[in-house]
Amino acid sequence: MKTAVIEFPGSNCDHDAYEWPLRLFGKPPERIWYTSRDLKKADLVIIPGGFSYGDYLRCGAMAARSPVMEEVKAHAERGGYVLGICNGFQILCESGFLPGALLKNRTLSFLCREVVLRCETADSPFTGALQKGSLMRVPIAHGDGNYYCDEKTLRRLLGEERVAFRYVSPEGRVCDEWNFNGSMDAIAGILSENRRVLGMMPHPERASEALLGSSDGAAVLRSAAKAIDEKNGAAKNG
Amino acid sequence: MVEPKVTVELAAAHGLNAEEWARLCTILGRVPTYPELGIFSVMWSEHCSYKSSRIHLKKFPTSGPLVLQGPGENAGVVDIGDGWAVCFKMESHNHPSYIEPYQGAATGVGGILRDVFTMGARPIANLNALAFGQPSHPKTPHLIKGVVAGIGDYGNCIGVPTVGGQVFFHPCYDGNILVNAFTLGLLRADKIFRGYASGAGNPVFYVGSKTGRDGIHGATMASAEFSDQTEQKRPTVQVGDPFTEKLLLEACLELMEQDAIVGIQDMGAAGLTSSSFEMAGRAGSGIRMELDKVPMRETGMTPYEILLSESQERMLIVAKKGSEEKVKKVFSKWGLDAVSIGEVTETGRAEIFWHGEKVVDMPVAPVSDQAPMYDRPRKQPSGYEEQRRLDLSALPDFRDPEDALMRMMGCPNLSSRRWVYTQYDQSVRTNTVFGPGSDAALVRIKGTKKAVAMSLDVNPRYCHLDPYEGSRLAVAEAARNIACTGAKPLAITDCLNFGNPERDHVMWEFAASVEGLSSACRELETPVVSGNVSFYNETNGEGIFPTPAVGMVGLLDDVDMRVPSSFQELGDVVILLGRTRGHLGGSEYLSLIHNIEKGTPPPLDGAKEKTLIELLQLLAKERLAHSMHDCSEGGLMVAVAECCFRPRGDDLGASISLQARGKRLDGLLFGEDATRVVASCSPESAQRIFDLARERGVEATPIGTVIPEKLALLIDGQPMATVSISELRARWEAGFPSLVSRL
Repeated sequence: MKTAVIEFPGSNCDHDAYEWPLRLFGKPPERIWYTSRDLKKADLVIIPGGFSYGDYLRCGAMAARSPVMEEVKAHAERGGYVLGICNGFQILCESGFLPGALLKNRTLSFLCREVVLRCETADSPFTGALQKGSLMRVPIAHGDGNYYCDEKTLRRLLGEERVAFRYVSPEGRVCDEWNFNGSMDAIAGILSENRRVLGMMPHPERASEALLGSSDGAAVLRSAAKAIDEKNGAAKNG
Repeated sequence: MVEPKVTVELAAAHGLNAEEWARLCTILGRVPTYPELGIFSVMWSEHCSYKSSRIHLKKFPTSGPLVLQGPGENAGVVDIGDGWAVCFKMESHNHPSYIEPYQGAATGVGGILRDVFTMGARPIANLNALAFGQPSHPKTPHLIKGVVAGIGDYGNCIGVPTVGGQVFFHPCYDGNILVNAFTLGLLRADKIFRGYASGAGNPVFYVGSKTGRDGIHGATMASAEFSDQTEQKRPTVQVGDPFTEKLLLEACLELMEQDAIVGIQDMGAAGLTSSSFEMAGRAGSGIRMELDKVPMRETGMTPYEILLSESQERMLIVAKKGSEEKVKKVFSKWGLDAVSIGEVTETGRAEIFWHGEKVVDMPVAPVSDQAPMYDRPRKQPSGYEEQRRLDLSALPDFRDPEDALMRMMGCPNLSSRRWVYTQYDQSVRTNTVFGPGSDAALVRIKGTKKAVAMSLDVNPRYCHLDPYEGSRLAVAEAARNIACTGAKPLAITDCLNFGNPERDHVMWEFAASVEGLSSACRELETPVVSGNVSFYNETNGEGIFPTPAVGMVGLLDDVDMRVPSSFQELGDVVILLGRTRGHLGGSEYLSLIHNIEKGTPPPLDGAKEKTLIELLQLLAKERLAHSMHDCSEGGLMVAVAECCFRPRGDDLGASISLQARGKRLDGLLFGEDATRVVASCSPESAQRIFDLARERGVEATPIGTVIPEKLALLIDGQPMATVSISELRARWEAGFPSLVSRL
């Protein structure tokens, strides 16, 4: 699997996203500056967290309209894989890759803490190595992570099993107390129609080492690597 | 615009006294121009010149085998081995934060970050020490919310984790809060950048944000007391833009990778004036600048305003001649201005032009480093001896410690700071091993086995009762916190927050505090490598408690040796290291439960502290301790309760058995004797710990066992109290949110 990390002015989890595949697979990703139109033939494009353009105007709004996003769009339309984390999720929603929007947290404040995620579908390139219903401990760090969409969209997301992760209690129950940012239906991450684009507010790249408290997040990237390598292998053999 | 006529009266309005006016006229050999007067007023302000404090600060121990850069630069630098070094400093932003808490605190973070990255270091950790007035004061909740949001939004946006700090409440801060921001950065030991304007003909580049009229005379504001008219000073507070600072940070670090920079400095307090004068002053050079070339964000600005503006997110770079295009290219990539506004000269003078007209022509050295220095009168405060007398005989001891413990855990000064730190990004950059809530923050250094520990400490009540001993205790507690993670304390930065230095009792407190910090730093072998003095923390003549905040940095050679602060295993033995005498003077218990703030702070034996700190490192190295936690504010019972609370809420309990031997119970449980640590270990390791402690003369007492769910207390074998940990945690967690929910 070849990965690329997009860097916008104000991205600040780009280093973390860069080191993620490096630590897990020993393979450094390509770093793609926002003005570039070359994704360097990456299989997986990671849009990292941070405050692209200072989150001025609206989180992700300006990054969504930058030159590189046209290439990311073309990549996705070709069936390429895209993972947007935190600000990356906001950018994917602003770009129209994913439905809905991320509103201000219901606390009206920035929230950084470890949360418990429940995997809601194993049927995606990013969750293939996980069991449906399994739990992960991953940090959140955002001011605008309160997922919202209209009723019709929600029904569709649920019907197509496109909710990838929900915020749950340590026992694995959806409950108001553990849905810190107030997301609709406790949604923490969603998939595109073809399931190859995932946007999620929590940071799996920050939870991939026991030293830092949790290595649960590594499963997201490992799943993607397995799915993509299998597909590439099949293409080669076929 | 017609400039005002420069007179002794105008100088007085700029905060310069008659003596200083005469001195500057002598230096120039004439009456200054209006811009020159502005330059003198900020450069000789207390904030920039340290004119009241310099004579005392000379006493600090500032050197050591690991010190690569001591005080006098933008930040201190300490060697951590393998070619790496850490750069750190702490700075106050008290006055602006009181006037406008959000922007005041935010720009405080922005300023300290620039001080660190200007040295060539990538900032990897922020901490902050805050002090607010009593929670019931009508302004307190608003100030807390603004300050915390300001710190959070700036650090979060720029992507530097906030990993620790402290919050203290006391009525003495009702009219003058404290916001002290600390940043630590990582750099290669042989790639330190400094604020030097050397090499005649080298171009002087202005980079970063454009200049506006914000913050004019911020440094002068920070050098005067507040009154009820303080609201009118709001326009002197700067406005922060963390997004631009992020671009500036990346652009500066990228340019530093190329061979283009001679010297670089942040335009902080007193903006373009202080950066240009200090850089030229350090190098013994002159500087020529054309102010009309400065990128401006508004029209009609005068030379005076451009020189004194404290617009944020700007730096001054002296580049190597011939590398102009390199500088422009990097900054253009990041969408920032980079304009050559002048050059370094050999004249030793600052010559500043405005559309071809010379508006400033003055020698650099007398302005930058021959500022007035005062040995201001010092006198022990009246009532000092009286407040130190504490007669406990009239105070009944308690029979039931449960109620006191419950109240202590939920009180403003001891309750959980979760409400604060969940608003800070603690984990960005994926280095945070121990974050807020730990004794010291621990941040790993990628590519090595090392980790850096950091702790900010001061107990203002101790410093009020005895500025000398209180300051020593601040250094000792910081070092102990560092050592509780297993790390070795290396060096400190400080932020000395005091009242008006023109009052003799404030100056007495300041001098005693500097003596105290110096003596403890000598004893613990932790030199002072950077720091900041904030005077005039007074409103309507009421000063704050002397508050010398200490920021200690330590090194853990192997992060696998780290020791957490909370209990780890059921059945582990709980050991108290250090001796309990039951010292109640200056304690949180006396203040909270009995409303008494008297007595002397606990005595500190520096040699014993050093031995304990070395023992803690040894216990970590030999992997004998499962947890180690400093026992300070709130005393032994509060420390044990804190050990029961685990970060994920899977709390443990403890059964604690103490011998009173005729001592007062309140002193035994809540006394704040220094040099103590609550440790836990497996039953198999306990004997080894006792042996190691005995060999070193450290008292080590088994005081109990880690159990589930409850905190049970036996005194002299008799059950004294049993509280449920979940109830205790509920109290501890509810304390802080209840303070801020009144708004």
